[in-house]
Amino acid sequence: MANRSITSHSRARSAGPASLAALFMSFLTIGSTSFGGGLTGWIRRELVDRRGWLDDQQFLSCYALSQLVPGASNVNLAVLIGTQLRGVVGALVALAGLLLVPLAILLTLGSFYFAAHGAPGGRLLNEALAGAGAAAIGFNIATGIRLARHNVRRVGPALIATAIVVGIGILRIPLLEVLLVMLPTSLALALLERAR
Amino acid sequence: MIATLLQIAGVFGLLSLLAFGGGAAVLPDMQRAAVEVHRWVTAREFLDMFAISRTIPPGSMIVVLIGQKAAGVAGGLVAFLAMFGPSSMLAFAMARLWHRASRAVWRETLERALAPVSVGLTIASGIAIARSTEQGWPAYVVTAGTTLLLAFTRLHPLVVMAAGAVLIMLSSS
Repeated sequence: MANRSITSHSRARSAGPASLAALFMSFLTIGSTSFGGGLTGWIRRELVDRRGWLDDQQFLSCYALSQLVPGASNVNLAVLIGTQLRGVVGALVALAGLLLVPLAILLTLGSFYFAAHGAPGGRLLNEALAGAGAAAIGFNIATGIRLARHNVRRVGPALIATAIVVGIGILRIPLLEVLLVMLPTSLALALLERAR
Repeated sequence: MIATLLQIAGVFGLLSLLAFGGGAAVLPDMQRAAVEVHRWVTAREFLDMFAISRTIPPGSMIVVLIGQKAAGVAGGLVAFLAMFGPSSMLAFAMARLWHRASRAVWRETLERALAPVSVGLTIASGIAIARSTEQGWPAYVVTAGTTLLLAFTRLHPLVVMAAGAVLIMLSSS
């Protein structure tokens, strides 16, 4: 029940389509706050929780599709969500918003690095970044747990999610091999459920 | 100069299409191309650049630094476009295909099948990244604590991440 109320709540808020300006601002915020990691968490928080442009189901679909395409999966996720919300212009706007601040900062860091012939920042900054990075990883895992609580409520899907966590997280089986096995399994399960 | 830019576009454009599972998958090939084949950067510089770019979203941004070293700011921009352009076009094609099927029964079934896979991947990739990048128990404690706090409370992520940064600084001093 909790699941249903949350999903319908986010659907209710997505009454109006995303304006291009709002879409740009959202991804600009995501690109500026996700230093150190946690992109998946930030994207879901901004687009599902705060804006209500997508529900969890749509977010999860885009997330899975972003992993099936080669390249940085967070960039693919921005393209998939941007396209879903506002077509090709939406994809370009999402990309521009996401990448503008990181690109500017990296080009600046690059010129410092090439001028100084050494990594910028001191030991303290590196440790602060490592700490924020460790926390950001926790943010992504927490997002996964939240999504699991709301969207994986049957035994079959729960087993599939668990198998993927164990396979990739614990046993370190390559992503592609895990997907080649688990995607068809999950699909077979969904087909069985539909047939019933 | 133009020749270098074309080489940069070729190398990273190809890697972009081979990077299944994200940019980390092609990091070894990238190192070989940039250090050994084209000699744009030294092995030491490659490691430095990896460290600098590691925390910059959305991942794979090391290509900007390599391109910048090889051919200035123009090289950085060309590397950036080559790394994200081709894969983004594939993602766009995938999005169009998905959108066109918005009323198809198979899409609804596929959505149901993709949900648990995505949930598993989100958690699994977090654990995998933690295991490959973190050393020492303070980092693990921060990751585990953050996971619990953000999964079960309404605390703002930035607050928790700042606390994590402070904790790691204190624990190492």
